[in-house]
Amino acid sequence: MSREAMINTVLFLMLPVTAVSALLLDEPFIITLTTKVAILALAGVGLNIALGLGGLVSLGHAAFFGIGGYAMGILAYHAQTFTPLMEAPFLIEGTKSMPVIWLVAVLAGALAALAIGALSLRTSGVYFIMITLAFGQMLYYFAISWPAYGGEDGLSVYVRNGFPGLNTLDPIQFFALSFVILAMALLFAGRLAAAPFGLALSAARQNAERVETVGLSPYRLRLLAFVISGAITALAGALFADLNRFVSPTMLSWHMSGEIMIFVILGGVGRLFGPVAGAALFILLEHVLGGLSDFWHVYLGILLLLVVLFARGGMIGSLAGRQVAHD
Amino acid sequence: MTNPLLDIRSLNKSFGALKATDNVSLDLYPGEIHALIGPNGAGKSTLIKQIAGGLPPNSGEIWFDGHDMTGLSTTARARAGLGRTFQISSLAMEYTVLQNAVLGAVGQQGTVWRFFRPVMGDAALRGAAMAALERVGLQDLASKRTADLSHGQRRLLEVAVALTLNPRVFLMDEPMAGLGAGGSKRLTGFLDGLRSEAPILLVEHDMDAVFALADRISVLVYGKVIATGSAEEIKADPQVREAYLGEEGVA
Amino acid sequence: MTTLLLIEQILNGLQFGVMLFLMAAGLTLIFGVMGLINLAHGSLYMVGAFAAAAVAEATGSFLLALIASLIAAAAAGAIIELVVIRRLYDRDHLDQVLATFALILIFSEGTRWLFGSFPLFLDIPDALAGPVILPGGIQYPAYRLLIIAIGLLIAFGLFQLIARTRIGIQIRAGESDREMIAALGVDISRLYTIVFALGAALAGLAGALVGAIQSVQVGMGEPVLILAFVVIVIGGIGSIKGALVGALLVGLTDTLGGVLLPGFFGTFMEPSAATAVGSSLASMSIYILMAGVLLFKPTGLYGGA
Repeated sequence: MSREAMINTVLFLMLPVTAVSALLLDEPFIITLTTKVAILALAGVGLNIALGLGGLVSLGHAAFFGIGGYAMGILAYHAQTFTPLMEAPFLIEGTKSMPVIWLVAVLAGALAALAIGALSLRTSGVYFIMITLAFGQMLYYFAISWPAYGGEDGLSVYVRNGFPGLNTLDPIQFFALSFVILAMALLFAGRLAAAPFGLALSAARQNAERVETVGLSPYRLRLLAFVISGAITALAGALFADLNRFVSPTMLSWHMSGEIMIFVILGGVGRLFGPVAGAALFILLEHVLGGLSDFWHVYLGILLLLVVLFARGGMIGSLAGRQVAHD
Repeated sequence: MTNPLLDIRSLNKSFGALKATDNVSLDLYPGEIHALIGPNGAGKSTLIKQIAGGLPPNSGEIWFDGHDMTGLSTTARARAGLGRTFQISSLAMEYTVLQNAVLGAVGQQGTVWRFFRPVMGDAALRGAAMAALERVGLQDLASKRTADLSHGQRRLLEVAVALTLNPRVFLMDEPMAGLGAGGSKRLTGFLDGLRSEAPILLVEHDMDAVFALADRISVLVYGKVIATGSAEEIKADPQVREAYLGEEGVA
Repeated sequence: MTTLLLIEQILNGLQFGVMLFLMAAGLTLIFGVMGLINLAHGSLYMVGAFAAAAVAEATGSFLLALIASLIAAAAAGAIIELVVIRRLYDRDHLDQVLATFALILIFSEGTRWLFGSFPLFLDIPDALAGPVILPGGIQYPAYRLLIIAIGLLIAFGLFQLIARTRIGIQIRAGESDREMIAALGVDISRLYTIVFALGAALAGLAGALVGAIQSVQVGMGEPVLILAFVVIVIGGIGSIKGALVGALLVGLTDTLGGVLLPGFFGTFMEPSAATAVGSSLASMSIYILMAGVLLFKPTGLYGGA
């Protein structure tokens, strides 16, 4: 087994092991924390498809994270207030069923990514970065100013949404749900990277001209990658909002975009399990360093700077060495 | 008399006051190698870009197998059957030799919109890729990282990827550049046999290869084609002699 | 909406635009000359504001405060250029984004540690606190007029600098061909530090000037930074003229949109809905403008390659 595969296995098992240990030690807070890691990792897996595989530096991915969160928030809000979302031209009522909410979140994220991507991908380089940032901010300001769903104060969901057959209020069960989704996303992302689509997408990142010359369209490849990426990040957003039973415009802010990017970079951009390592490291830092100092972001900033300047491969890159070519 | 497969008609391109391509007309018939030579600065790269698709001409048309290709993108032209190699190798550097070749096969077979089966395990793609690598002699280097290849090996890989496309026409930009004497000789032999599969528009500096391979030669000077003909005709053409001997002195 | 009010809002839009220009000019220069995307520019804006507030408090002089903002921001800029930014010129954009984002974290938390979380106050000097009577009987705050004047003066100065001075020539040449001017013997490192510090100084000045109207607090630079990005996307990266045109467009769109849109919707919607829709659209108006420009000119109005 290659070194990277070993590290991936450890990272994969680390989450359920931590959660179960916390269960046995009766520390539900730790279970919740581990759930948070899994959900943020999921957001990172989404971003990594666009960023790591596709080379698309999207500084506005929080847009999708927030759209997923608001999909959950809006549907649950209408359910808990017993008011329909829409009456004409057809009746849409709220819902507190997770599978339905997830479907809506994924579709909403995909559509938003299609719209934003179609426009943004016509540009490249720095323009692309700034435009994705700007679109993210656009949604952020929109959410703040739209009064119906809480505006700046956000929206609270009183009871966690339901999943058939499970008691989602039980921390370990909600963790299991989140973890299974993360696992499925990792499997999907892994297969995507190894498939013809992944080969072409990554080639486009390395040399777009080469891809054109073999008769493939970099624009179309990137757009699809962006849509898939947005959909997965939106799903993470819905789960995140459910975890906190709260959604607010903060989920759409560019700080959130930056944070998701930080998980991916710290763990190792382009590495399948990079987001898992990065999210775990981030949450660890947040709680350990955050407990010691109110200004722990300074240390995060310094760490990020050091990683970018001297350890580009992130955690996995440093431990596993150069990426093995899939052969 | 067959129709030309590639028909370039009255191409013009200016950058401000600089006329890089001046009313250039060229054609390429099945089974031939048509070489394009000219001193440095003649505008060969600009011309290639217009034919391959990255640069729109100011005026003129490019016809490919009876269809007007002038408005098509690089991607569309490649799909239509234009196989191009670059003067400065344009490859996916992080990939292995085999991965680059498989990329070509994926492009050719049109199976890029697949998400679940591992691409390197696909027998058809791998087979097509390895076949191309074997034809240029790179099969033993299949697992080597492209960034680690020598300059000459990268040129061969360029040719191999072009082969995987099963193109109708080859557009080759200085494939000999950087190959040693032995490598040039081998590639010359290879291209000689290739012309029966698809004609080649060959831009080259290596005069030995040009005179050995070309059925026709066109000479490009300051963006203008000043002569087109067989090797003997070109060698004897007074304008060509002035362009080369007057400026550089050809061995 | 009276004409008076409209003119006042137009002037506000100009003032906002001119401030954005100070930010955008630096950003676009840094990108044009060094090829570097700098997210920390908002932090330099903040540094200028804080320096001004601190000096104003200590000395009571607004003029000294402004000078302090220029010096502090330029110094901060020069330091980070020498220590961090220098290593990023050859890196890809992702690395530049991440490293400068890291700088934001360091600057923001560092400032919070030094000055605390509560906003500081910078007072408009008494001499400028009152209104000025403009032709037509319009009253407009003197201070805001001063900001417009300073901004336009700096724009003029920048144009002159770029067009006529040695540094200006180096900047223009650097924008076209970085390697070439190095080969011609221009000291690239020095040029880059100067350009970066200049951009930083402009940002710091903007922060100080605006700090007197709004408050001086951690994170104040970030909304402005993003707007500055929108400005240079609209105007075209590397173009000072584009930065000016883009900044005025954005400033006016944002200000007038916020004022006119709710009213517009009020003509056929009931007031509460009109306000909701109007203000939401207003907050998005700049981005809609940006998207519109990009549809027709993907490299901005005056963008080059």
